[in-house]
Parts: sequence; C-alpha cells; structure tokens
Amino acid sequence: MSERLLAKLRERFGASVLETHSHLGDDTAVVDPARWKEICAFLRDDPACDMQMLVDLCGADYPDRTPRLEVVLHLYSIARRHRLRLKARVGDEDAEGAEIDSVVDLWQGANWFERETYDMFGVKFRGHPDLRRILMYPEFEGHPLLKTYPANKTQPLVAYRTEEEAGVPLEKLAPFGDDEGMSFGRKNGDATGDATNGEA
Amino acid sequence: MEPVDLDLEESALELPAEPMHLNLGPAHPAMHGTVRIVLELSGETIEKADVQIGYLHRGFEKMCERGTWAQVFPYADRLNYVSPMLNNVGYALAVEKLCDIEVPDRCQWYRMALGELARISDHLTCTGAMAMELGAFTPFLWFVKAREMVWDILEEETGARLTHSFGRIGGMARPPTPAFKELVRGSTKEILSLLEQGEKMLLKNRIFIDRLENVGNISQADAISLSWTGPCLRSTGCSYDVRKAHPYLKYDEVDFTVPVGTRGDSLDRFLVRLDEIRQSVRILDQVCDRMADEGPVSADDPRVMLPEKDAVYTTIEGTIQHFKLVMEGAKVPAGECYSYTEGGNGELGFYLVSDGSGTPHRVRIRPPCFSITGGLSKIIMGRMLSDIVPTFGALNMIGGECDH
Repeated sequence: MSERLLAKLRERFGASVLETHSHLGDDTAVVDPARWKEICAFLRDDPACDMQMLVDLCGADYPDRTPRLEVVLHLYSIARRHRLRLKARVGDEDAEGAEIDSVVDLWQGANWFERETYDMFGVKFRGHPDLRRILMYPEFEGHPLLKTYPANKTQPLVAYRTEEEAGVPLEKLAPFGDDEGMSFGRKNGDATGDATNGEA
Repeated sequence: MEPVDLDLEESALELPAEPMHLNLGPAHPAMHGTVRIVLELSGETIEKADVQIGYLHRGFEKMCERGTWAQVFPYADRLNYVSPMLNNVGYALAVEKLCDIEVPDRCQWYRMALGELARISDHLTCTGAMAMELGAFTPFLWFVKAREMVWDILEEETGARLTHSFGRIGGMARPPTPAFKELVRGSTKEILSLLEQGEKMLLKNRIFIDRLENVGNISQADAISLSWTGPCLRSTGCSYDVRKAHPYLKYDEVDFTVPVGTRGDSLDRFLVRLDEIRQSVRILDQVCDRMADEGPVSADDPRVMLPEKDAVYTTIEGTIQHFKLVMEGAKVPAGECYSYTEGGNGELGFYLVSDGSGTPHRVRIRPPCFSITGGLSKIIMGRMLSDIVPTFGALNMIGGECDH
C-alpha cells in the first residue's frame, strides 16, 4: 500500500529522497533535511498521501555516523490508513549544528515533540514558536539522550552538601560512589571510565 | 463620622486591569499528576496558559539503553501506572515485530484479556478521579471498588497489583491460572453494576453535567492536527482506534464497537470512556469463550525464551542458554521498527532501533498523553479558571508516561 507512497515521493522529489526501504512492514524514506518542510507539506496536502496526523517525532543518535543525528517522523493518514516514516540526518560528528525546519505550521502536535527532540538531542528547529526545554529544567546543560552524555552524571539544582558544611558526619555523600548501585557500564560512554565500567 | 465613599471617584472602584499570574501546580490537590500550568488571568478568565511538564521525568529512554531488551519491562510498567499491562504487551509486541516472532494463539487471547482488564482499570480510574475532583466522592469510591476487582484478578494472575512486569519477549511470564476465566466472568457482572450505579448518580446530576458539557471543546480537525488519539480523539467523532483500524493480537476476531462522541467536550470524553468499559467487558466475554484451556503461552524460540528450569539445572546447554540470555540478553536482529497498540489513552507506540546486540540502541516511546497534554493550553484558553479541573481530568494525563 504505502510502497506507492515511497514511489510517489521518489518521483516528486528525485534526488532529495536519499534512501527508501520497507522493512517489517514499515516504509521509510530518508530525505534531504533542506527540503524537510516542503516534503512534509506535500505529504500532508497531496490527496493521495493525505497524512493528516503526525504520530510521532523524535530523534536518534548514531555516534559513529556523520551526520550523526536523525530526526524521525512518523506520519499516518486516518482516511487512507497508511503510515510512513520520514527521516532526515542532521548535525556533524559531535552532534553540533543540527538544524532543521520546524513543521509546527503543518501539524500543531509537532510543537511539543520538537521541543522534546531539542531538549533530548539538541536539534534546533528553525521557525519553532517556542523552542525551550520541556522535560529537563532550564538550567540543565547538555542533551541527555546523546550517546556521549554519561548516564550516571548528575546535575543537581542545589549542590550536594559536604560534611564540612553540614558540621555533622553524613552517612552518605552524594553523588554516590562508583562502587555503589548498578553499574552503568554495559556500553561505554560514562563519565568516570574506571573499573566499574567496561564489559558487564 | 464621615461617610467613607463620599469623595471616591468611579475609576477608583475598578479592580486593577493588569493580568494576574497564577501558578497552578505542580502539586495541586485538584490536579492529579504533577504538571504545572502558568496562567495569566484577567479576572477568572484565562488569557494565556503555559503547560509545563517534566516533573516526573526519569530518563526512561536513557535507562533502556543501559540494560538488556528484557529489562525494559519493569520500566514500561512504571510509565503508565493505571494500565501497566497494556504497556507490557505493547513493548513485547514491538520487540517481537523486530525479531519476527509470533506468539501462540493462547497467549494472544491471554494478552487481550489482560489488556482489556487494564483498560477497564484505566478508564475507571480516570472517570472516577474526574468525578471526585468535581466533588462527587461516592461514585469515585464505587469505581475504585470496581477497579479493585480488576486488580484482584491481575494480582491472582501476575502476583502484583500494580507493577506486574508480566510481559516477556515471545510470551507471558506464566500461563493463565485455572480459575482465570471464572474470575473474569464473575467480576465483570459486578463491575458493570457498579458502573451503572455510578453513572446514574453522575449523569442525573445537574452540577456534574454543567461543569462538563461544552467545556474543553475541540474540533475534530484540531484534535487530529494535535496528534490526539484514543478516547479524547474519539470524543470528537473520529473513530480511529488501533484495535479496529490495524487489528493486532486477535482483535479482528472479536465483536466490539468503537464508541464515538459528537461535540468533543469533556462530557463526551467521559461518556466515551464509560462506553469503552462496556465494550471491553464484551471483548472479555468473547475471550473467555475462545481462549483454550491448554497449550503453550510462550513461543518456542530459544533465541529469546529462557529454557525450562529443569533443563537449566540438569543440562549444560540449558545452563549456558540461561546464562547467555540473562547476562548478555536476547540478541535482537539489527533494524528498526515502529509498533503501535491501543493503550488506555490512545495510540501507544514504540520505535525501536537495534544494532544487533543484546542492548537496545534506541527505545522511543510515543506516549499518547504527551500530545494530548500538549493540546491542553489550547482548549482552556479563554475559559474560566475553574474549567481547568474537569478539562484536565477528562484528558487523563498520566505523569509517568507523559514525562517519560
């Protein structure tokens, strides 16, 4: 059904559709980020596509690729009951400079999804009316879902107390020691990089 | 004594004209869930509303990238704590799609039964809590009593009342207990009668109706554009339900209807949920009739299933297989997939990316109430402050899921 969609996209946008595949029943098109909004508008407004609903918009990080980040968009047509996954690759090898057009004008629901993707991956959406963090607090530094963001890093809003400040012995000092709790080391990328990390 | 109002001019009697700022939440007794709404009020009318979420953010997606595929189940439970079973099954189906596994028929029926029980519990909680926030405490107690019966069944089946962690890749943790069908048949009658009592009490209540009717209206086009799904979308008249539009498990073999509303207001959302409970009971009846009493509930696939305990303790192959599955995790073929099911609040999607190892590369959840809460500021704009409570209640935001 929606393989025709992919054919239509290739026909209409030619070289801007970089890659297509249909795997496990999901049809995917990887497109040129420069034409992102144009392609989205076409998918929404073309009567044969009729993608009235933006189901999901999220990011994904592939640290060994350049461009490193992917913006993944899932579209659905309620009337025609077909789905399409649209992806665009953005950002350099350090996930810097990731920018793409916002699609809030096309689907109002994109507003929060784009804010979340910005919050988690640092992708900037050009033309978004209100691009600020949504899940993390404004003082937070970095983007937590990047593979290079250490999973065991803490950023407390109020600094942890030391024993000198408290004036009494504290039973436990935070952040907790490396030898405590679950090892976050199944895959590397953690801050400490000591013996608790590495192969589990 | 001089009269005080003698030399007062008209203008001095007017209230200050600049808008008032009010923080509603994040811990407000009339709002269930931790959400903050920063309001700009003119009198009691809302001029601007900024809905802020994230207070319950626990880094679900980050945590999933640290463990094995099977270790995601407990996290999935905690995303939606009123219908955890639906999340369990949704995640299991997503991984099975990636591994290309189909579970046995008996398991599919069983998953449907547990899922519908969870849906009943979700809708009872939502409608009951909403009534309670409007001052109707008795129906809330009746609904919670009905939910208690659902939880008793789930406890009997899974051993846990709330966080079941009962799903497995390729099956369920245990087969249904011998008394399962009897328990379900016995309680559904009782649940329906409690529901009817509560419904009678609320729908003949002028105050309740007045506070819901034509409050929080949304048009169908707006709801679709805002990515709404589930009962909130169906209240606008759009009949999109994943169980009907893209049947999974055995939903194409059972008979049920999708209740829809007409006005898209809070009352419609309330009524749609009540009707969905009745439809879930209908599905449960059919599942009880059709689920086999014997047969396997887990796929016979050594790639993902733990071997029998006998084999683990007596054979070297069993020990090795068990060790590898627990320590390294089931190896899921490299690739990506988006799998979607009908959760309590709408389309619950999982977008999974595997790099072929035992640890997920990316687990993305598409929580239905994230986009629904995203539309909250739009539907309360221009309304009165007191309308927020029923409107928010009818959206059924689940903090854990919305904030990931």
